[in-house]
Amino acid sequence: MESSDCMVVVAPAESYSLEYGGQNEAIFGRRTERIAREIAERRASGRASVRIQDRGALEVTLRARIETAFERALEVEKEGEVAR
Amino acid sequence: MNAGQNLKMVKNALGREVPVEIPGLGKFEPYVSPFDYLGRALFRTQETRPIRPREPRHDKVTDDIRKAVERSGLENGMTISFHHHLRNGDAVVPAVLKALSEMGFKDLSLAPSSLSDSHDMVADYFRNGLVTRLFSSGARGEVGRAISAGELDIPVVLRSHGGRARAVEQGEMPIDVAFLAAPLCDKYGNMTGSGGRSACGSLGYAQVDARHARHVIAVTDSLTDYPLRPRISVPQYLVDQVLVVDSIGDPSKIATGAARISRNPVDLRIARNAFDLIAASGLLTNGCSFQVGAGGASLAVAAYVKDYMKENRIKGAFGLGGMSGYMIEMLEQGYFEAMLDVQSFDSAVTDSMTRNPNHIEIDASCYANPFNKGCTAHNLDIVVLAALDIDVDFNVDIQTGHDGVLRGAIGGHPDTAAGAKLAVVVAPSFRGGVPTIKERVTTVCTPGETIDAFVTERGICVNPRREDLLASARAARLPVKDIRELKEEVEKLTGVPDPPEFDRSRVVAVIENRDGTLLDTARAVGPGPGRGLV
Amino acid sequence: MKAAARAEKKDEKKRRPCRSMLYMPGNNPGMMQHVPAFGADSVLLDLEDAVSDREKDAARHLVSRFVGEIDFGDTLVTVRVNGADTPWFQKDLEEVIPAAPAAVRVPKCHSPEDVKHADDLIGRIEREHGMLPGGVKIHAMLETAHGIEQAFEIARASERVEALTLGGQDLTADLGVQKTRDGVELFYARGRVVMAAKAAGLMAFDTVWTDIDDMEGLKAEAKLAVQMGFTGKAAIHPSQVEAIHEAYRPDPKELRRAFRIIGAAERAEREGKGVISVDGRMVDGPVVTRAFSLIGLGRLYGIEEEEDIR
Repeated sequence: MESSDCMVVVAPAESYSLEYGGQNEAIFGRRTERIAREIAERRASGRASVRIQDRGALEVTLRARIETAFERALEVEKEGEVAR
Repeated sequence: MNAGQNLKMVKNALGREVPVEIPGLGKFEPYVSPFDYLGRALFRTQETRPIRPREPRHDKVTDDIRKAVERSGLENGMTISFHHHLRNGDAVVPAVLKALSEMGFKDLSLAPSSLSDSHDMVADYFRNGLVTRLFSSGARGEVGRAISAGELDIPVVLRSHGGRARAVEQGEMPIDVAFLAAPLCDKYGNMTGSGGRSACGSLGYAQVDARHARHVIAVTDSLTDYPLRPRISVPQYLVDQVLVVDSIGDPSKIATGAARISRNPVDLRIARNAFDLIAASGLLTNGCSFQVGAGGASLAVAAYVKDYMKENRIKGAFGLGGMSGYMIEMLEQGYFEAMLDVQSFDSAVTDSMTRNPNHIEIDASCYANPFNKGCTAHNLDIVVLAALDIDVDFNVDIQTGHDGVLRGAIGGHPDTAAGAKLAVVVAPSFRGGVPTIKERVTTVCTPGETIDAFVTERGICVNPRREDLLASARAARLPVKDIRELKEEVEKLTGVPDPPEFDRSRVVAVIENRDGTLLDTARAVGPGPGRGLV
Repeated sequence: MKAAARAEKKDEKKRRPCRSMLYMPGNNPGMMQHVPAFGADSVLLDLEDAVSDREKDAARHLVSRFVGEIDFGDTLVTVRVNGADTPWFQKDLEEVIPAAPAAVRVPKCHSPEDVKHADDLIGRIEREHGMLPGGVKIHAMLETAHGIEQAFEIARASERVEALTLGGQDLTADLGVQKTRDGVELFYARGRVVMAAKAAGLMAFDTVWTDIDDMEGLKAEAKLAVQMGFTGKAAIHPSQVEAIHEAYRPDPKELRRAFRIIGAAERAEREGKGVISVDGRMVDGPVVTRAFSLIGLGRLYGIEEEEDIR
């Protein structure tokens, strides 16, 4: 992962949780929590565990990465359902 | 950890709360203005130190650190000093503190010229009671974390290089025993930094301590024939003992490879903007003087300055400060008459002083002490300085991380900012997603009234106090922005970070202005917001 | 008001000069967040060659958010989408167009149909999102022999086409030749692209100089592009922007003459004369137009009136 970026992993879960790590956790913890929760609610009714490793991402980057992670996770889930 | 210190605090001229007295350190005065001291009465005279004459052919050499310490007369409660010319490769501080700890010493004041990344172990000696007071230019890594966690009962005093030289010369901070790493040393204590396997270049900080410490121990791993030649940085008559050890440091970390000019396009844009402002100021003329650091955008500014001097056939009088290989190259290519070197940065400069007669070693007092009869920083035209954070009043923080933990070093920043005709601070407008311009910096290290401009990749903010500079910048069509406008522009990208939490009742460090008045107070980092799983 | 500013107000065909177009990998937020600092007249956020297949979705989300949410200052923002023959083309447009970039660059335009296809799609997306129709322009990238031969037809395929751009790397591969330092193999293609673009009243962008360490080579190629009539040149690294801008710096003699021409034009208008004469000679319409555009260009170098010319 490059600096100014972040890595986001999303997994289905009973309830919402966020694990936020990286150099800005102390000063951007609340911002990240707000954004991640909002996207999780919209994308998965809050039933997701979100892990973010932040290397100094701007808010716009953070949002894009979280959206991508949700989209990918939902695709995997869909494929899984088809397989079953 | 002690709870609430109940220090009596006053607000200084910057609106910062500072203590008027700290038990264990004494009384302090609040900062008023950069040159307020000029209007005051005579200051205390220099402390004289006791002289103990020695018989002819007195043997100063030992390889036993304990014996050296015993002979020094060091006692609990005293002050020991070191220089930081060996940078991240220093092995002298760790070795001496280990020995002192094993010998059972307690309650010492540690007063190095600064601490580097190689000094994490100092925090261990806070914890075992060997070191109870710290006076330094900086505190990084584990040391910074320990201080910010409140592990020292007595607040740390952080000062600039010029401020430290002042405190030592004034007798405000008497040094009992100075352990001075000596890269090349003879048996009678003549030493230099330009030679030996741990060569570091200038010994400018060591020279002040050698002149004023009650007892001076040269610590060397390269004992050479008497007399040391051709250069002597600290002469034999200031040195009590010569302690020979296996190694004073790791040469690869002392003399790092020559710093290269950044290829980072953001750094280059910052440098370009800074150079354009310098050119617009009209100060780059024959006989000019110039100081620049070795990091990020700074060296690139020097490269632009060099091109300009070449094109316009300008020859400067001197370059100053921490010396990089690039500046020495400019000396050797004839862009400056001389380089005045208080501290050498990279391997390119370690043997330059023996090669270049106009590469001149100067001590920290000559460099920046505001209370001597004239320091070089006060003759400086242009200085380019870095910053961690800056605020809308141009106050600069070079000491506090985004998490509130002490992690930097003040260095010569406030000295050169106050002395130079043009002090330009360069930094990216945001770093790691965090904006550089704050409403109020966490810790003022350099007062905004000594900063003329703040230059970023997104534009140039001229201090409104400098109407003339603003007019020149506008006339040259430079991308000038109001600092508040730039702050808002950047915050649109980054958002506004939460300020770190502090335990306001717990002072962990005070920042001294170069004249000894207090600029600001650092507090213990409080129980931060939830970490890990939210 | 200074002469150049007056001229710009009067210039009906005014279009901000776009000398440089800086490529930015679309999945690199560390670069994109600094766009205004690089000083390029325009940027191209790339979803195509600069992004691996696995990251196409991530880059698409990132670029569309950057375009939609970030203020890029004076920099004109364009996006290169993946080609129509890829599974990403439609998704790219559907997500990027609503963010309203100034233009999308459509790669590998072989024929007018390729442009019409993109135009239809973009038009539909604009309508669906209630956007101004035709607001997002197309920069058609010509990078095959067939595309070069169809340059004029491609230029005229849609009102939406605003620029033709030469893709030298793919073209040399298609031609089965090597890219050389002096670029003789691209000479015909350059001429063809410029001619077609000018004939259709469009901008023309030259291909990139790929060796970022060879500044002299870049300068020579940029000069060639200017001489041949390209209105701009692509850059693959911020360090190339300044050299490209230098190549476009107007010739002082020519610029002085341009100031005299617009001065004469202003006088002629004041005096109600239909004929403009400078230095005792009559001046035609196209020369006046050229003078206007030169003066617009000069402003980018801080030249507002004749006295500013060094």
